[in-house]
Amino acid sequence: MAKLFAQIRFIAAAFALVLAVALTSPAAAQQPSSVNPSAAAVQEQKLLQELSRIQGRISIPDSRASVLEQPAGRDWRDFHQVTLRWIGGIVILGMLLVLVLFYLTRGMVKIENGRSGRKIVRFTSFERLIHWMTATCFVVLAISGLNITFGKSLLMPLMSPEAFANWSQWAKYGHNYLSFPFTIGVFAIFLMWVGGNIPNKVDSEWLKRGGGIMGKDHPPAERFNAGQKLIYWIVVLGGTAVAVTGYLLMFPFYGTNIDGMQLAQIVHGVVSVLFVAAMFGHIYIGTIGMEGAFEAMGEGTVDVNWAKQHHSLWLQEEAQKGTAGSSAKGRMAPAE
Amino acid sequence: MARMKFLCDADRCSECNACVTACKNEHEVPWGINRRRVVTINDGKPGERSISMACMHCTDAPCASVCPTNVFYTTADGVVLHSKDLCIGCGYCFYACPFGAPQYPKVGNFGSRGKMDKCTFCAGGPEADNSKEEYDKYGTNRLAQGKLPLCAEMCSTKSLLAGDGEIIAQIYKQRVTKRGYGSGAWGWQTAYRESIAS
Repeated sequence: MAKLFAQIRFIAAAFALVLAVALTSPAAAQQPSSVNPSAAAVQEQKLLQELSRIQGRISIPDSRASVLEQPAGRDWRDFHQVTLRWIGGIVILGMLLVLVLFYLTRGMVKIENGRSGRKIVRFTSFERLIHWMTATCFVVLAISGLNITFGKSLLMPLMSPEAFANWSQWAKYGHNYLSFPFTIGVFAIFLMWVGGNIPNKVDSEWLKRGGGIMGKDHPPAERFNAGQKLIYWIVVLGGTAVAVTGYLLMFPFYGTNIDGMQLAQIVHGVVSVLFVAAMFGHIYIGTIGMEGAFEAMGEGTVDVNWAKQHHSLWLQEEAQKGTAGSSAKGRMAPAE
Repeated sequence: MARMKFLCDADRCSECNACVTACKNEHEVPWGINRRRVVTINDGKPGERSISMACMHCTDAPCASVCPTNVFYTTADGVVLHSKDLCIGCGYCFYACPFGAPQYPKVGNFGSRGKMDKCTFCAGGPEADNSKEEYDKYGTNRLAQGKLPLCAEMCSTKSLLAGDGEIIAQIYKQRVTKRGYGSGAWGWQTAYRESIAS
């Protein structure tokens, strides 16, 4: 009997407790759905406005997949498909047009007093090796790089998609692997010629007289004139920029995310097309643009009259050192 | 023709990751690649939502236009597919994709991304439907068998919907009306330039 009474008392106490809880929080007890789940929910558009991308937590091991959405890819597409093609087309075709017009009006810059027959060493075999290693890599890198941007419009219609994909695959391998000797070459060029390429007063005088590009004027120049110094710094700085951005693209997620890679590609693309245009100018002046210029990098020697005309201060310096007029590669220097 | 789309109802997703697993198993996806993934936003905080994401098969897909070898094509059903034979592994689609869908198997040292792999909406690739070559490269072609993508078909909460965009949008709208809330069709604005009014 006492046991039954204790049980009733226990149940009554439990009821009282439940009633007390229910009375103190009537809203929670009667309307559990009054909390609107959407009020607190994250909103896609709001997240995209706060940051340019939406990132969360992910349970698979690939933590980079935790970026849910990054609409910036569409902007990058516009850059790659429209902006870069315009920039590239204008600077490269524009440069070619300028060079053709220049050649037609100015023609080849001749050695005014003719060849003296005496040679002076301009570039050592090591310098030429570095130059041509970098140059060869550059040509392959430029063609394979332009193929990525312009190939499908210009080359693909000429061949089957399979043949174009096959060529592009090899071009990509060439682009990736030759980047290493190219980078080494740019670094070697920086160390090798930095001494002669610091801008100075001679350059401002050279630039004031327009480098003697038009007319018969030949302002004095040291081993490298202001135009060559410009090319040097384009190669060193442009080469560094394409190398750094290129390696960021080649090694995805090392120090960058997708935003960083999009930016790297933009820098890589723009600097590259400017670089190609600048090199057209360099190739022009080193070949058909100027008599006696190619042999400087070809055989390593130049005619003394060429040096007198284009690099008078350098020739004086060399003459003082006593190297001018020395015969190179068995060529006899005629007595004067 | 139907315009195939994915829709993840984030208010229903319980982050079970079964879609991820089903996809990997159905297509024998290469090691290290997840064609579908579940991302949790505001994890552990009020308003937390999980979203299952894969290739959204965008309208005017950015991957397709940046591809230097034109490997992408859109089927009559609006599914964005690609040819692994033509892919050179340059990585451009992966820079352009708003959803992180394209992935590359590691096939060697630096600079040698393999052929790109991504969600095919269970629709295979350019090879003959359900051929061995197609299966080896892209996985099962369920669409050719008259079935919808497996991830959505087996979703336990029916959070992930796959199919004709009009129909799944209608289903989602009905849900939102009935329950009174909805955090929107995630990714639709970016992928299809449209949103479902809720």
